[in-house]
Amino acid sequence: MTSKSNDLPIERLLRELTPQVLGTVVRRFRDFAAAEDAVQEAALAASMHWPTEGLPDNPRAWLTKVAFRRMTDQVRSESARRRRETELVQEESYNFEWAPFGFAPEEDDTLTLLFMCCHPALTPASAIALTLRAVGGLTTSEIAHAFLVPEATMAQRISRAKQSIKNSGIGFQMPTANERAGRLQAVLHVLYLMFNEGYASSGGPDLRRADLSHEAIRITRIVLALQPHDTEVAGLLALILLTDARRGARTGPEGELIPLAEQDRALWDKQQIEEGIALISATLPKGRVGPYQLQAAIAAIHDEALQSEETDWPQIVALYELLGRMSDNPMIKLNHAVAASMVHGPEKGLELLKALDSDHRIANHHRLDAVRGHLLEKTGDYKAAVEHYRAAAGKTASLPERNYLLTQAARLSSEPALRERRLKQTI
Amino acid sequence: MKYMLMVSGTKEMFEWYTKWPKEDLQANMAFMRNFNQELKDSGVLVATGGLAWPDQAKIVHAAKDGTPIITDGPFPEAKEFLAGWWIIDVESAEAAYKIAARASLSPAPAGTPGTMPVEVRQLMNSTPEEWQ
Repeated sequence: MTSKSNDLPIERLLRELTPQVLGTVVRRFRDFAAAEDAVQEAALAASMHWPTEGLPDNPRAWLTKVAFRRMTDQVRSESARRRRETELVQEESYNFEWAPFGFAPEEDDTLTLLFMCCHPALTPASAIALTLRAVGGLTTSEIAHAFLVPEATMAQRISRAKQSIKNSGIGFQMPTANERAGRLQAVLHVLYLMFNEGYASSGGPDLRRADLSHEAIRITRIVLALQPHDTEVAGLLALILLTDARRGARTGPEGELIPLAEQDRALWDKQQIEEGIALISATLPKGRVGPYQLQAAIAAIHDEALQSEETDWPQIVALYELLGRMSDNPMIKLNHAVAASMVHGPEKGLELLKALDSDHRIANHHRLDAVRGHLLEKTGDYKAAVEHYRAAAGKTASLPERNYLLTQAARLSSEPALRERRLKQTI
Repeated sequence: MKYMLMVSGTKEMFEWYTKWPKEDLQANMAFMRNFNQELKDSGVLVATGGLAWPDQAKIVHAAKDGTPIITDGPFPEAKEFLAGWWIIDVESAEAAYKIAARASLSPAPAGTPGTMPVEVRQLMNSTPEEWQ
């Protein structure tokens, strides 16, 4: 896995420039699929030429020029092969003046690209892949690696996503004022999913795939730079920074899961926590408070506690209550139950979980069993706790999670139930 | 040459696994992690995967119009379900057998008879042998 700091400067520069160049090319040629290919080729050419020949004076103009050439080549080869001779003559006319690209970049282009790549017509998986390529500037091979699929599979997925953009007639234009809030919401959702895919991949032997999380953070930073006054963009960035800060403590040396309460907090990334807390603290007073900001505030409270015992659980409960009023998401209710159990005891948590048994969205989810197992353990009912840990292990599709849950069950199986022990002591 | 190594078990054996003592479970998990890492490091691993448990297994038939008809079985008691697999790329069948034997040594609780059976199957190829 490569981290951002290991990247070569040229790769980093290319990733920054790719969406800007792509925006320019799409705006000019109006063909997203072809423009995307052309820009990828230009970036490839740059990665071969620049290291030996040195950086051009204006790298962005260089890339744009090469991409434009590719586009015109394509247009010409499509138009008529018979006119080869004329084309040779015309070659000169394509060497247009470069002055236009010396001006300030059209900053909205990147945002327009994002709106396009995260269009609700696409499946989340396609939207993530396309965003990584068009806005993140990653190669198909890098994206395939991040998703743990063969490159050919990812190439096909991207090409189909581009085809559906073409077919659905989604133009390269800013959404109207009416649509804009909803479409930005879709963009944030895709970035949130991208981060989660990297942070807690739902399947496979490796619990986290760092590259996707880093890309999600990087692209969210770009969005915030373009939309500095949107409080939910800031909320999302704070949330993923504060969550990602715990990455190093989240798994043990053998790759095993370590729950929040048992993590070595010295391993948390303090700089990232500081940045996240500063961001959410500056954002919350600005007004319109949304779900990302509330989740970021909760993450901030966790990250602020130097020891898990110092966690301000009453405040977390209050935030989950607010969050629950904003969206009807059973995962929020589940987390609320955990937080409430920390304030009012495990019985209160178990009582709150009952409501979720009739919610088909979560009734059969492994996390409901896992949380119930955890709370039952706290009440001292080890026998029931073991059953729920095992049930959760049988339902999760994440190998590290299954291993964790089985280990919890095994640990408790060898302990006599607390209640029985207490009973014996009183007798 | 590519080979698929497969580990399977009856529902009863999956159930048994969930009841292993903590130390045995952890020894087994550590063994598998190291084994996978070794395969990766030695450059023979193509892919590996573990499967969700058999109580989630479904049988799917297509109706005449192609729509899926999904049932929970029934599966006979003695049916073995795939638990996990590796695809390795090695020089010979013997090399594949050696790796399978290493997998077979995965630790189990004391008193468990024998070692774990690993099924070895060669993967079919899209190019004729002599062109490889």
